[in-house]
Amino acid sequence: MTAMSSATIALRAPWTLNFVAALLIWGLTLVASGGRGGAETLTVALAFSVFTVLAGTGQMFVIAAGPGNIDLSIPAVMTLAAYLSMGVMDGDAALLPLGLAIALGTGVLAGVGNIILIRALKIPPIIATLALSFMLQSLANNAGGEATIKPPQELADFAILKLGGVQILLVLVLALSAFVQLVIARSVFGRYLLAVGQNDRAAALTGIPVWWIRLSCYCLCGAMAGLTGFLLAGFSGGAMLNMGGTYLMESVAVVVLGGTAVAGGRANAIGIWGAALFFNLLGTMINAFHLAEGWRFICTGAIILFVISLNPDEPR
Amino acid sequence: MADTSTALRLAGTGLQSVLRSGLPYLALAAMLAVLIALQPNILSYFGLNLLLKLSIPLILAAYAQMLVIALGDIDLSIGSFVGLVNCVVAVFFGDHLALGLLILAAAVVGYAIMGAVIHLRRLSSIMVTLGMSFVWFGVALLILPNPGGVAPEWLADFARMQAPLMPLPLWLAIVIAVIGHFTLMRSSFGVILRGAGGNPRAIARAGWSILQARLVIYSAAGILGVLSGLVLTAITTSGDPNVAPTYTLVSIAAVILGGGAFVGGIMSPVGTVAGAITLALAGSMLSFLNVPPVWQIGAQGCILVAVLAGRALVRTDSK
Repeated sequence: MTAMSSATIALRAPWTLNFVAALLIWGLTLVASGGRGGAETLTVALAFSVFTVLAGTGQMFVIAAGPGNIDLSIPAVMTLAAYLSMGVMDGDAALLPLGLAIALGTGVLAGVGNIILIRALKIPPIIATLALSFMLQSLANNAGGEATIKPPQELADFAILKLGGVQILLVLVLALSAFVQLVIARSVFGRYLLAVGQNDRAAALTGIPVWWIRLSCYCLCGAMAGLTGFLLAGFSGGAMLNMGGTYLMESVAVVVLGGTAVAGGRANAIGIWGAALFFNLLGTMINAFHLAEGWRFICTGAIILFVISLNPDEPR
Repeated sequence: MADTSTALRLAGTGLQSVLRSGLPYLALAAMLAVLIALQPNILSYFGLNLLLKLSIPLILAAYAQMLVIALGDIDLSIGSFVGLVNCVVAVFFGDHLALGLLILAAAVVGYAIMGAVIHLRRLSSIMVTLGMSFVWFGVALLILPNPGGVAPEWLADFARMQAPLMPLPLWLAIVIAVIGHFTLMRSSFGVILRGAGGNPRAIARAGWSILQARLVIYSAAGILGVLSGLVLTAITTSGDPNVAPTYTLVSIAAVILGGGAFVGGIMSPVGTVAGAITLALAGSMLSFLNVPPVWQIGAQGCILVAVLAGRALVRTDSK
């Protein structure tokens, strides 16, 4: 009976399948390792998921804002924000607030830049954000070049800080996801956002400031990417070129697998966690089974196709 | 009074539409002018060959993208697909040609199935092709985990061929443009394919199958992707799964630059060829201008924006 009803839920809300898939992969890894290191595997996957989720949540705002909206500048914003903030702080913990402000500010400015290209020059978002990301990449190359800029020790400590065995950053980002979910479902901004995503003309006719909503989405996405870059630099030992590379397509994938409609108008912040966990546990499992790296990408593609195919009502 | 304003508006639209359709060629001409001014040597047979060589695989990938975009879809997998073809050719074509061809044929069938699934299950093309991009890349990694392999001699010879009158890449670009123009813009077959993107309901009511149109278009996109990979391997003479990830987004940019639109049914094969060459030449121009390497990618972004901004200025409609 319970199995039946949970199966029905899974079919009605395919995004929950990601959690099932993640659990399955974790179980397989446990079998491969003979039951050892299960908690560690999960901890590591959760720690990396934090960054996937942060970047994905930003992408979610943009994708929810309607057909065609997508932000391909996330990796470039991450890298540039990390370089600028780590460079300004130069290892000095007293400058942490300034560094954080610079990281967030970089992202907000990138969002404004994206909207200017999209609105004023009427360039489709997929190309506008790509073009902007090229420019930001150049800025990042100039800000740091090939070097790795180290974070202040306090930031590195904070990124892995644990209280009672639980990573603080993980709890904070979980809380953020819950808050974002609340904003989407209950706040005026959230309702406006979904209305714009569903039908921007109708939304404009009801007096919703469509372009202000879109601007907010791109700025929020930029700010989240900046924050991701800032924290990731702390977590992984510094700002590096290409630190954001894998987030380009992964941020899109986790959002849509998490239950946000590709065509906009429906958003799900909690669902991103399942997809992020799945992607990060998959990497661990491939290692545990000593499989070729190629299988990781094939599995990633397969789960995207599988979950997407359960959403036949998506408009094209 | 009303007549005058209508006439004026019509004249205006005429001029604008000429500007709009001419924009990709203007951009290409401007790019070539700058290149020739900087480096007159490129006007030689050898110079043009070198300059245009790498635009041919990009043109073919952009054609694949153009067909898919004309359907109202987007293909996010073409870059990793070209990478897969590159690996298959570099690994199998030397000693196991039949096996290599079989894999490529299966990959093209995979492309057609992708189109059919998008249609039958009414799925988002962005997500299906994004998923498949991971699959193509994964398979390429399984075939060739590290860059290596060798293009067969006959393929490398093709790229080195000394064509009469004009360098080979120029011949190829012209032939591709002419074939594209006549099959897509001047034949009843092309009308049906474009109609399947522009007004699927009308095409279906006229008795044509949209599913078949999609199958044809996605198979054609797969075949163009294979050709792109073949030419690319002929030029680079080795295999690398990561050889062309930028093709995905640059091919989209080339189509839009060439006068295509995401709304479906709108495409310009000759414009796409011009757009792809323009984007491929942007890199050469920046090195000729001595733009420092760290600024080159940013400058490419600026060129993209500048050309597309020109498109926005001469636009007639709000779409």
